[in-house]
Amino acid sequence: MTASDAAVQAPPESASAQPVLSGWPQESVAREVRPAPDRYRNALGKYKVDRNAQCANCGRCVEACQYGVHSKPEGYALTLRPLDSFCVGPACAETLESCVSLCPQHALTVRPNPSTECMGDPRWSSDLILATWHQAATGRPVPQHLESRTGAAGGGFDSLRFKFEVPGFEPGPGVPAGTDIDTGLDLNHRNDGRPQIHIDLPVYGGGMSFGSVSIHTILGKARAAAAWNTFTCTGEGGYHDRLKPYDDHVITQVATGLFGVREDTIQRVRIVEFKYAQGAKPGLGGHLLGDKNTPAVARMREAVAGNALFSPFPFHSVYSVEDHKKHLDWIKEVNRHCLVSVKVSTPTDVDMVAVGSYYAGAHIIHLDGSYGGTGAAPDIAKKNIAMPIEYAVPKVHKFLTAEGIRDKVTLIASGGIRTAYDALKTIALGADGVVVGTVEMVALGCVRCACCESGRGCPRGIASTDPELMMQVSLDWATQRLINLNYAWREQMADALARLGMTSIRELRGRTDVLCYLSDEPAATAEVS
Amino acid sequence: MPDRYHIHTAATPGWFRRIGKFANVDWREDCSRCSNCVKLRCLYDVYRHESAFNRDPEAPGATLDECKACLSCVQGCTKGLLDVSVNPEFLNMGDAYWTPDIILTTWNQADTGRIPVSGAGYRGRFHGPGFDSIWTDMSEIVRPTRDGIHGREYISTSVDIGPKPLRLEFTRDGRMLTPPLRLLEIQLPAILDMPAWREQGARLAAARIAAAKELKTLAVVRAGEAVQALPKQLPYVVPVVAREDIANCRDIIEGVRMAQLREGADAAALAGELRSINPKLTVAVRLPLSPTASDRIIELNRAGIKVFQLCADQHGRERLGNGRHGRHIKDALREVHGRLVKEGLRDEITLIVSGGIALAEHMAKAIICGADLVAVDTALLVALGCRVCRDAHPRDAEGEAMCGAGELCPAETDSSDHAYATQRMVNLMGAWHSQLIEVLGAMGIREVRRLRGEVGRAIFMEDIEKEAFGDICRVPRPQVSA
Repeated sequence: MTASDAAVQAPPESASAQPVLSGWPQESVAREVRPAPDRYRNALGKYKVDRNAQCANCGRCVEACQYGVHSKPEGYALTLRPLDSFCVGPACAETLESCVSLCPQHALTVRPNPSTECMGDPRWSSDLILATWHQAATGRPVPQHLESRTGAAGGGFDSLRFKFEVPGFEPGPGVPAGTDIDTGLDLNHRNDGRPQIHIDLPVYGGGMSFGSVSIHTILGKARAAAAWNTFTCTGEGGYHDRLKPYDDHVITQVATGLFGVREDTIQRVRIVEFKYAQGAKPGLGGHLLGDKNTPAVARMREAVAGNALFSPFPFHSVYSVEDHKKHLDWIKEVNRHCLVSVKVSTPTDVDMVAVGSYYAGAHIIHLDGSYGGTGAAPDIAKKNIAMPIEYAVPKVHKFLTAEGIRDKVTLIASGGIRTAYDALKTIALGADGVVVGTVEMVALGCVRCACCESGRGCPRGIASTDPELMMQVSLDWATQRLINLNYAWREQMADALARLGMTSIRELRGRTDVLCYLSDEPAATAEVS
Repeated sequence: MPDRYHIHTAATPGWFRRIGKFANVDWREDCSRCSNCVKLRCLYDVYRHESAFNRDPEAPGATLDECKACLSCVQGCTKGLLDVSVNPEFLNMGDAYWTPDIILTTWNQADTGRIPVSGAGYRGRFHGPGFDSIWTDMSEIVRPTRDGIHGREYISTSVDIGPKPLRLEFTRDGRMLTPPLRLLEIQLPAILDMPAWREQGARLAAARIAAAKELKTLAVVRAGEAVQALPKQLPYVVPVVAREDIANCRDIIEGVRMAQLREGADAAALAGELRSINPKLTVAVRLPLSPTASDRIIELNRAGIKVFQLCADQHGRERLGNGRHGRHIKDALREVHGRLVKEGLRDEITLIVSGGIALAEHMAKAIICGADLVAVDTALLVALGCRVCRDAHPRDAEGEAMCGAGELCPAETDSSDHAYATQRMVNLMGAWHSQLIEVLGAMGIREVRRLRGEVGRAIFMEDIEKEAFGDICRVPRPQVSA
């Protein structure tokens, strides 16, 4: 991959004439795919190619490899170190045409990369991380040797497949090639006189506060959201001045700590989100460790630097749906043009919570499932408290449908949406769209080492406000990685919708009939219950 | 209201050799000795510590386990020489139930007494057998919630051992017929039990007793080991008494508040004998968890025994005899609890469940499934460095694995210093206590007594799978992976 690769032209932005509330000059960001290769010197691959001292620098491997692993530039006497991140592994290496077979000196070996195995876990397998990196680097489909659709968690999304992925089901008619596939979504279904907001992808960015992540991460997310006409969310860390050029694509979050929430920050945006709970730590408050509360963070949060900051749980002003309505009315009064989103976690009675939020006046109900990401949470909460999003979406969708209010509210799901296919499955289970968080961090180079919270913070400079560490990520690179990722996701969504014979993502909502569930019971046969 | 219950944790680093999750594998060949070496930039200083260790054998070896696998060095090395891999010794620890991750988190909790906190989302499998197919509930908007550990509200974790009559009965002239209530209140819904396999020596029992006193709970020890307890520790000791012990242990039986008997035909008679020595004594019977456990409980209840410890195997399963095992605690206990509720006996009987309680979440989930409290056994050994490697242990004459046998035990659990062992047990229970409070706070429950059998505040995988995915066409997994 070289920097001179032609930029891929992305689909045009929707012409939405939204009223600008901020009064701040808004900056536009080009929606085009450009290469944004790994920012480290050695890109990680699934396989490792070793060349030993027997190499005679004959260059046969350069001719043999079609993936660009080996190179010997004009005028060089030596073959360069293999770029093993491009290697596709045994599928190629075991053939007679591979570099390993053709090397006259038998100097080459291909083996699984031990370092890559260190970064996997069942939920986010190393394949998924590498596949996300590939999409963020190139905006292109993921090569065959990486599993890019599901992880290895053995349940939930990893047990759901679209029927077209499973042999034995008749493929549907599909839509003719070249048909426009619409992945856009309207967010206001209440007909309450407030403006309609259209987003071009059924995906927007989750809340991450300044303090928990670096300013480059926040701005990269905001710029990518501006490019794709979608949204990002401030999280509970206040509204950074540098976000103002992207006001139209920012959601202000109001959470229990009320850090940095001011009239101004509510009035300048088009969506305000109430965070009641976070999926990764439902029922527990937020906690910014003292180390991460640097002077800059403290200033924005209007707090004292160096002190640990707690967001309590719950809102101590809300103990009922009526209290909740009071909250929403307060926001709606302060900003008469915004939509209000309510972010809740997934208790057993999540359906009642959703109905309550609707009657309290929410435009968007945002369910955050228990396997979602976080900068720091007790392990016991991440694993055990509240249900995963895969269970909550169908539960709420069915309940709202039975109540007759499903079409009057936008249902957004988050908490463990890792891939474009996870997003599609969530929508097929009944959501309108999804919110992602961890996948954006992975696109920026996260290896999920789970050290976001300790010491100086993220060793890879994504979730850290440490001045030295955060400089590892440049703003332009971060923006481009996320734009590329969105492009790759849109391509996969459009492709899947075309195979399903749908021309709009909105047709997919609640279509569980296009899914099948992988069952471990040996006796189970394909049957429709 | 009583004083707030507080567990005094104190940092107590382990003395045993720790086994880290990641190992740095370093190919020095071809190193160009460049001045901006990634090893100098390691955020966790792993390489510096390693280098110190190489020069000085006295340097603490534990620092070699600090690698977090952030891969910055692997990706940054000028010549791409470095690799990190998962430590095979780590993967070899424990077994399918006592996973390496459980052992590691137990060590960390015993070090600090703090709740394990980490970044990024949940990393494990979606669901699993046993306790891994339960999620606990939380409260939101429509129901009030509680503050958790950082809040101001007091969440009680105390439980009672002993029968609680549903009503008081009086004669016509107002004399109370109901015998006076003798509840044994402990501050933690967990007692400290004997390890499932025989330990060498009595030092661990002494540490357990001291920890139980500090934690205001109970320590189960063999009758012979109870002798070493100081008089002020006796109320926190639960001796397991056999008939032949009675003669030797009279003063202990007089001093303790509770004693345990092993299951046997004469359990009821033996209980009577113990009560004749100490009329206030609570007597519990240790029953193997089995499909007939509820029948036996009802039978012994008629004979006047009200407290039972149901002992599952080390993987939390029913013991069917001859080494065979049955259902998980989750299912077996719900059945026992349900049966006792149906018979109207539930509040007369106290159920303690043990075996396979490896994490704080297991304590909460066992209580949800119907236990009043749990007994912690193997986890206490793990806190001292045990790696649950019992298969490699020598067997005693009865074929039981022996633990802590001198050099054979890498953790040397038995030679541990008394204060050190006590503090690590206290730390572990302190961390569990905080986690229990977090779970209760999220559920909006203010005392753990109310959690017993509260299946409505839990999400069971079997039910929710049916509800969420029941209308989706099912395909056998092999059809897809083939």
